Amino acid sequence: MSTTTPSPAVDIARRVTQHKLFWPVVALLVLLVAAGVRSPGFLSVTVQDGHLFGQVIDIMRGAATPLLLALGMALVIATGGIDLSVGAVMAISLAVSLEYLDASSSAGEPATAVVAVALGVAVALVLGLFNGFMVTVLGIQPFIATMILMVAGRGIAMLITKGQITTVTAPPFKHIGSGFFLGLPMPVIIAAVAFVVVVLVVRRTALGMLLESIGINREASRLAGVQARNVTWFAYAVSGLLAGLAGLVYGAPTMAADANNIGLMKEMDAIMCVVLGGTSLAGGKFYMGGTVVGALILTTIERVVIIFHIPSQLTPLFKAVVIIAVCIAQSPVLLQKINMSRLRRASRRQAEIANQEVPA
Amino acid sequence: MDQREPVVEMTGITIEFPGVKALDGVDFRLYPGEVHALMGENGAGKSTLIKALTGVYAINGGRIVVDGVERSFNNTSEAQEAGISTVYQEVNLVGNLSVAENVMLGHEPRVGPFINWRAMRAKAREYLDRLHVDVHPGTELSSLSVAVQQLCAIARATVVDAKVLILDEPTSSLQKNEVDELFAVVRELKERGVAILFVSHFLDQVYEISDRMTVLRNGKLVGEYMTAELPRLELVSKMIGRAEDELGSIEERAHRVAAATHDTAPRVQALGLGKEGRIEPFDLSIYPGQIVGLVGLLGSGRTEAARLLYGADRPDHGELRLDGETVRLHTPNAALRHDVAFSSEDRKREGIIGDLTVRENIALAVQTVRGVWRRVPKKEVDEIVERYMKALNIYPNNPNMLMKNLSGGNQQKVLLARWLATAPEVLILDEPTRGIDVGAKAEVQRLVIELADRGMSVLFISSEFEEVLRVSERVRIVRDHVMGDELINGPEVTPEVLIERIARTPADGEGEAA
Repeated sequence: MSTTTPSPAVDIARRVTQHKLFWPVVALLVLLVAAGVRSPGFLSVTVQDGHLFGQVIDIMRGAATPLLLALGMALVIATGGIDLSVGAVMAISLAVSLEYLDASSSAGEPATAVVAVALGVAVALVLGLFNGFMVTVLGIQPFIATMILMVAGRGIAMLITKGQITTVTAPPFKHIGSGFFLGLPMPVIIAAVAFVVVVLVVRRTALGMLLESIGINREASRLAGVQARNVTWFAYAVSGLLAGLAGLVYGAPTMAADANNIGLMKEMDAIMCVVLGGTSLAGGKFYMGGTVVGALILTTIERVVIIFHIPSQLTPLFKAVVIIAVCIAQSPVLLQKINMSRLRRASRRQAEIANQEVPA
Repeated sequence: MDQREPVVEMTGITIEFPGVKALDGVDFRLYPGEVHALMGENGAGKSTLIKALTGVYAINGGRIVVDGVERSFNNTSEAQEAGISTVYQEVNLVGNLSVAENVMLGHEPRVGPFINWRAMRAKAREYLDRLHVDVHPGTELSSLSVAVQQLCAIARATVVDAKVLILDEPTSSLQKNEVDELFAVVRELKERGVAILFVSHFLDQVYEISDRMTVLRNGKLVGEYMTAELPRLELVSKMIGRAEDELGSIEERAHRVAAATHDTAPRVQALGLGKEGRIEPFDLSIYPGQIVGLVGLLGSGRTEAARLLYGADRPDHGELRLDGETVRLHTPNAALRHDVAFSSEDRKREGIIGDLTVRENIALAVQTVRGVWRRVPKKEVDEIVERYMKALNIYPNNPNMLMKNLSGGNQQKVLLARWLATAPEVLILDEPTRGIDVGAKAEVQRLVIELADRGMSVLFISSEFEEVLRVSERVRIVRDHVMGDELINGPEVTPEVLIERIARTPADGEGEAA
């Protein structure tokens, strides 16, 4: 009873198509190519004053905010949790930074901008620690625990801005949202640096494995000596910190702390990026590279909608269609069905061959 | 019997997983009205063969004929419709539903689109009565003991008018009298012409109940035999593929003699350690190189005592000394840092990390001792993994396989590897051989004795008294949450003595619960 061994080419093809990132990358390429065909200039990148410009660069810039949120979200989701507060945390950190700049007499100084950024991010870190406290120490379900801040957060931001939309002019601060560095927009650089740092921290230490271990089997992990509380708490802290950074990057170009609208529904975008990247909401294995692809897909959809002149009210619908397609393609049930039917076909073919041989 | 048509005929079944051939051209026949035991070591392919028959796995080669018709089931419900019902090793029920709902799940009596609750409870009662399970159908399932849950699972399997009933390790969590009840039911079903496929690691039970057996080894068929014609030792040697005399020497390993004196301080010393509602305050000492056995019924408090020693639960009385120094182990992590390791009896819930690899599962505890930020270097992990996979004979020998794809016995070995890799001075083993086969059992026992000879202190908890007596120097008996009498092991201490001690009614108690 020998089974046919597939040729190396078939084997490689199968390995590629079964890779976690295969369908997300296909979706991204399809979107880009479709846009490129419809609007020929879409994929071109030009250089002006040493800065790169073009639709693709804009997509990268747009992907920076959801990516920053999604990096932290991925860690939280790996532990089997969720962080719904990231949108509200964006609003709070921006409010804190802009209020500080507003009150400062030297808003134009780079040093003041640095302090403003540090303050905003620090407050966000504290909020992340608060979420972690409720989840790990008080044992509140993550959905509820972070929903508290999601709801209350906008009120807090409102208190900070005293109900106004605080607007300030501070060129150094604005730079983090609309400036350029090495030819690339600042948000892209910031997101890239955050990505590299998070990946290094997660994969060069044991943190990544322990996060996954907790998400897969918390009690078994605890008995194996994993300090589940500390590790989980850390994930929420990182999520808060990155959400704060995202708020600043997102709000810097306009310099207006609009407590009601900054980061609205961004938690959902972040969750989508993580899921599109192949991470299961049930926790466990998480994929940072996939999350980047997820963020790019999400932003590309928003651009493509404009290119195809789809009415803006329909954007969410279009988003949903693409996401459903990717999720279905990744669905383990579907993969198993396909595998099973392939096996059945193969065994039937073998049976036929055997039957033909026997009479002779 | 052979004149009759087999109800199930599997020929040339081959199943491949990435990197392993789980089954290789296996033939299997099952006749109506027989109890057929499927025998083999862990990883021999027993569960895989069952899963091939019930449609959980697709087969890569071979054919399955049920009732004269070639079939290929896509899922278990299709197999069930064809009359093949399965009771799995791990209880597969819905804990927060009632007993009646679980038993009748998918077969609820209906009035139009609505469930007739009264009829459902009555029906469930009927099926439970046939198994002599005395439990109210409205009880929430999770509030019952594992044994009763297992009986409910069997009741559920009998609800469908099954032609074939598969019992995969149905007795591993049952007490002796419950096993007898189960076997009475099995015999009754057999009389009615049901074909029963029985998998168990307990050779006594296999010989008691089965008519015929099929032996597998490493995914290949060894042969099919009439139970009455195959002596036990011969069966075991067919299962593990080793000569009989070699086996005898393992079995003959004598009682471990009590060491004369201990001039050192005890490695572990519990003084009045206890936790309300779990285990009454107890004293316990284990010296370097000593193995202490802990016996008692399920739920007697033996596991609870072990958990206090490991910091898995926090005691509310007493103190714990390690090498004479008082320590407070707040968490398992603290215990591991004090070189105490604990292997839980609940492999699935408290042991394995299913979606991580074997390699990661082995390295996990070593890593947590070192802390989150200091990753154990790859080379060191490679060494640990290679050493223990070899020493414990973990099969398949592929560290990158996902833990959940290993057989139960091999998962247990991986967990042992995890704890041994931390080089503990105190090793607490709670049911380390549950669900693993004879060969591996002897290996584990030998390993434990070897470790103790090298100075490790071991607390050995097991439901198999023979095994406890084979390895331990002293035995402590736990009964009704009280740790009692210490026995010094010797030739006069037999399993019967232990049973008698456990069953002895405390003066003021109302006796043992069944």
